[in-house]
Amino acid sequence: MANLNMVQAINSALREEMRRDGDVIVIGEDVGADGGVFRATEGLLHEFGAERVMDTPLAESGIAGAAVGMAAYGLKPVAEIQFMGFIYPAVDQIFSHAARIRSRSRGRFTCPLVIRTPYGAGIKAPELHSESTEAMFCHMQGIKVVVPSGPYNAKGLLISAIRDPDPVIFLESTRLYRSVKEEVPEGEYEIPLGQARIVREGTEVTLIAWGGMLRKAIEASEGFDAEVIDMMTLTPIDEEAIYRSVKKTGRVVIVHEAPKTCGFGAELSASIAEYAMLHLKSPIFRVTGYDTVMPLPKLEDYYVPSADRIRRAIEEAMKY
Amino acid sequence: MRTGNNKRLAFYLEMLRIRVIEEELVRYYAEQEMRCPVHFCIGQEAVPVGVCQALGGADTIMSNHRSHGHYLARGGDLRRMVAELYGRETGCASGKGGSMHLIDRSVNFLGATSIVADTIPIAVGVAFANKLRRRKSVSVVFFGDGATEEGLFYESLNFAALHRLPVFFVCENNLYSVYSPLNVRQPASRNIYKVARSLGVESSRVNGNDVEAVNRASASALRGIRRGRGPYLLEAMTYRYLEHCGPNCDIELGYRAKEELEQWKKADPVAAYERKLIRESVISKDYALKARNRIIKEVGEAVRYAKSSAYPEADRLMMDVYAQ
Repeated sequence: MANLNMVQAINSALREEMRRDGDVIVIGEDVGADGGVFRATEGLLHEFGAERVMDTPLAESGIAGAAVGMAAYGLKPVAEIQFMGFIYPAVDQIFSHAARIRSRSRGRFTCPLVIRTPYGAGIKAPELHSESTEAMFCHMQGIKVVVPSGPYNAKGLLISAIRDPDPVIFLESTRLYRSVKEEVPEGEYEIPLGQARIVREGTEVTLIAWGGMLRKAIEASEGFDAEVIDMMTLTPIDEEAIYRSVKKTGRVVIVHEAPKTCGFGAELSASIAEYAMLHLKSPIFRVTGYDTVMPLPKLEDYYVPSADRIRRAIEEAMKY
Repeated sequence: MRTGNNKRLAFYLEMLRIRVIEEELVRYYAEQEMRCPVHFCIGQEAVPVGVCQALGGADTIMSNHRSHGHYLARGGDLRRMVAELYGRETGCASGKGGSMHLIDRSVNFLGATSIVADTIPIAVGVAFANKLRRRKSVSVVFFGDGATEEGLFYESLNFAALHRLPVFFVCENNLYSVYSPLNVRQPASRNIYKVARSLGVESSRVNGNDVEAVNRASASALRGIRRGRGPYLLEAMTYRYLEHCGPNCDIELGYRAKEELEQWKKADPVAAYERKLIRESVISKDYALKARNRIIKEVGEAVRYAKSSAYPEADRLMMDVYAQ
């Protein structure tokens, strides 16, 4: 066990998998000599050499496309996109090819690829450096979307993502990179994709959050008999875990920092309404970012859901 | 270097086969049972044949929306291609993809797709995997002149040149992107093959209707690539006879001149080669006729096979979205 922050945990996961499996390679802008802008790949070039840890040209779409070809012919690339806002040029390749090669070839070609990218607000970077557009990727079938909420599950989830036979978008909350430390086992361990976890058990209200919002939800849950669910994987969605909790509590508050309209909370709300309607004691509440572009530093504090805003939503649900 | 007669015969038969298959498919298309958009390659047969006849079995291919010639020249199965066009379970993409999304691992055909230029970086990635694994195969990617206007073209050539990857870029320049001629899309002074050079990729231009020239240029390019000289781009000048998508000639639309089409037809890659081989007594007129009839029969059998194959069942809908 070591006390690691999330950057170190991610680095440890990459190192473990690269040692275990010669097909795993790391590519991206600046991932080599300096270990990436957030240092998640630090030291990998030294240990594994330039063939397996490669600084790429400034070409996100080309990186994603090349990664698809590498994956189809036997490698397991882990590509880093510097910020989530920089992934948009690569979306064409991710949606049109990474997500579809399996279906298009009826499973004869596959795309075991991980694309890691920092997401979300919290480090006072402006728009395009604080994006939280996970729902867009959840809408595209054929890829999985994974969002760790801390160092321990970041390592286990990333190892599972690298071993997964399908493409995974791995979203790393920038606010979590260095702000928390946890005990992280040395060596390899997997946390299965597609499974949510109950962080805290409760009976009166279910709080659903992921990534950078989980700790806010836990903070807000103090003083309530609240069950807190950490989604960890957004797609494939762990419906069972959600329905089981909602049937117990009858109240739901969903927290995400992405804008409200068509955010992943909308999908969760609709599914809960569809399958657990008669168990509900109040409307489903969503505490989210606003339907606007991520603002510069001061306004960021208003934009991102605070423990206070979550608490008010819980109270509303309770008194309904 | 003179091309041997066995080779010339193979070139001829392969081009003729693609030509007749396409002509026959045009005929069957009118029955309206082939319910998928089809981009025919009539007029462009010399490029895929010239290139693919220079390849080895382990070399991989990526194609674009106009994919039949590439798939067939690579050794793809005609019956499975036709079944795919008819949307049947026995198709090479199990009736899921249609003409624009042929894919067949058994001949290292990583596939055609409908998004122009999108396959170029994927082919570069395949080459990277080959290089890293010390495999000798070359990754070949066919694309048109329009693809060189996409940003991905530059990203891909840059990456391939930087790492000296074993990629063979084949640009089929047929002068048009749907209805837009080159002169509304690229400056008149531009030569696509020279753009490649400026990006650090060796290149040349060839008459894409001359199968022997295409084959010679490809063989020479592939030798260099296999020796580790890095990627190569071949620009092959050619011309499509039919509309961008569909079985008709669209000359009446006016975006290209009738005289231009006639001019290109005079240099038809198949007919001109046939005349030449007859003139030089490599084949006889009778041989050519018999070959044509044999292919017509082969297509008829493939169409019957397709029509008698089952459509995919409803339970196939959700298969292969993720690993089961």
